[in-house]
Amino acid sequence: MRSVDLREYVWAIAVAIALLAVLPFLVDTYTLTILLIYAMLGLSLGLIWGYGGILCFGQAAFFGLGAYTYAIAAINFGESTIPMLLGILVPAAFALMLGAMMFYGRLGDVYLGVITLVVTLILFKFMNSTAGPQYVIGNARLGGFNGIPGFQTLNVPGYPDAYLWGDSLFYVVAGVMLLVYLFVTWLLKSSFGRIAVGIRENETRISLMGYDIRARKTILFAIGASIAGLAGAFFANWAEIVTPGLFSLSQSAEIIIWCIVGGLGTRFGPMIGAAGLAYLKFLLGQQSMIDNTLIMGLILVLFVLFLPKGLVPAIAGSFRSTVKRRRKSNRRLRSRGIADA
Amino acid sequence: MDLAVVILVEIVYAVASLVLISAGLAVVFGMMKVINLAHGEFMMLGGYATITAVNLGVNVFIAMIIVAPFVVGIIGLIVERLVIRNLYGRLVDTMLATWGLSLLFIGIVTMVFGNTTTGISTPISGFPIGAYQVNGYNFFIILVAILLVVAMYAVLKGTRVGLIARGTMQRADMASALGYSPDRVYMATFFVGSALSGLAGAVLAPLVGLVPSTGGGYIAKAFITVISGGPSLVVGLLSSAGVFGLVNQVFTFALSPVVGEVALLIAAVILLRLLPQGITARFFKGRL
Repeated sequence: MRSVDLREYVWAIAVAIALLAVLPFLVDTYTLTILLIYAMLGLSLGLIWGYGGILCFGQAAFFGLGAYTYAIAAINFGESTIPMLLGILVPAAFALMLGAMMFYGRLGDVYLGVITLVVTLILFKFMNSTAGPQYVIGNARLGGFNGIPGFQTLNVPGYPDAYLWGDSLFYVVAGVMLLVYLFVTWLLKSSFGRIAVGIRENETRISLMGYDIRARKTILFAIGASIAGLAGAFFANWAEIVTPGLFSLSQSAEIIIWCIVGGLGTRFGPMIGAAGLAYLKFLLGQQSMIDNTLIMGLILVLFVLFLPKGLVPAIAGSFRSTVKRRRKSNRRLRSRGIADA
Repeated sequence: MDLAVVILVEIVYAVASLVLISAGLAVVFGMMKVINLAHGEFMMLGGYATITAVNLGVNVFIAMIIVAPFVVGIIGLIVERLVIRNLYGRLVDTMLATWGLSLLFIGIVTMVFGNTTTGISTPISGFPIGAYQVNGYNFFIILVAILLVVAMYAVLKGTRVGLIARGTMQRADMASALGYSPDRVYMATFFVGSALSGLAGAVLAPLVGLVPSTGGGYIAKAFITVISGGPSLVVGLLSSAGVFGLVNQVFTFALSPVVGEVALLIAAVILLRLLPQGITARFFKGRL
């Protein structure tokens, strides 16, 4: 078991290094950075939805909260280390409260969807209405519809003048992405992760075995939120502005589309779905013949109808079945050979 | 005194518009347990249908009450046959598919009508109550909402069609055994639900500037009103619309419209936490 684990980690790191070496030659690092950030966001929902069975319609809330927390804290501190940590902790704390309210209330799937959606909307509406000078946190004005520009971006910890931007931001994001991926892998292998999958499969059974499903779901929800918050904080650094659009319904919709297209119950699926669709959107944005939203909608409908499992499980499944078929035919040939002899 | 009347009118109007916004979704959800997240876009399409018809020279009221529901109903029918029919019983999948549809419709409308605000003027002029000016069109919306609720109740309670519909709602398999095809009933229901969404969108169109993404503003309100209403169709709709409309307007008058909206949403979260199956799962049990 342990050696298998170790092999997987080594593989992940090797693949990541290979990708890091190759990708910057294909796509510029500025675009790659945002694709990685979206992949991280996709992974956050993929974790709680695909493995925990918690369909959160408002993952954008945590993403936006992370970005806003970072921006506000960065203006007040003038240094990026503590703001980055806050960008993880604040969404996590918020998710703990929200999750405790929902899971201890034993709300069903649909109701969970409504509440997460509504909370996202509340944040969206509130942030849009904070244009006045009375909405100030420390030195940071919330800025309403225009958002918050001009905050301190990522710097080497302890050296506020040593900015990390462009290529170095890309490598930082890539490194953190790898860490997050390894963390998620480790989490899912741990007993906490396996019980989370158990809860997804059969909640009653796991609770009868004596596990506190409410607490476990709340914690998993908060972990997902902290990853989304981290992605949000990086997004703030990449875009150098945060706007209420981060909390919008279309942002939430997109995260869900990434997970569906990539494939639930896998770690790669949501990441590939996120990066792939974001890149597709980027390419589509360069033409004006067909509306972007139309294609995203069409993709979602077609996937739900025809490939509800998503790309990665479907490809893995067909690969596995061809391998099995080949093995079987090999065996048949071998047995025939024995018979001939 | 004048202010009290105005506030009362505004509260009733807020409740009425919530009823209108949610009626189509309530019919589809109550009947088929399908959450149609493209509901807001159906309303948006109703609005565009009205404006197009008015620009072609059709009378405003005919456009709103006949053209828009019919057009949107047909669109709903097509959607049901092509997409939703394949997903019955898979609640989350239908939500996702209809969310995709909503994006699809936004995209199509953006390509056809452009991403600009269009609108028509309200066909009924305002009048003063004491020192305050009241929008006369609000009374039309209140009237339409009342007629809608009465009609829904009458059809469900008093007609054979309503009986079949209620039967299918309770036990689809039993209705099927008695010779009524649930497939056809669902199809008809979805047509009616879409037509109601179209009507709501059309009636509300003169009050808002229409953009392709208008639907997003409706869907959340409709969604929470229907879910908080619970299992009973008419009573649930009325009670949750009543609660939310009241909360919204009280906070709007006391503080500001934005606070009113936020208060509505917070009220929904609290309500769902206290009554997770909706209002009518606890109160008015067994009513229609």
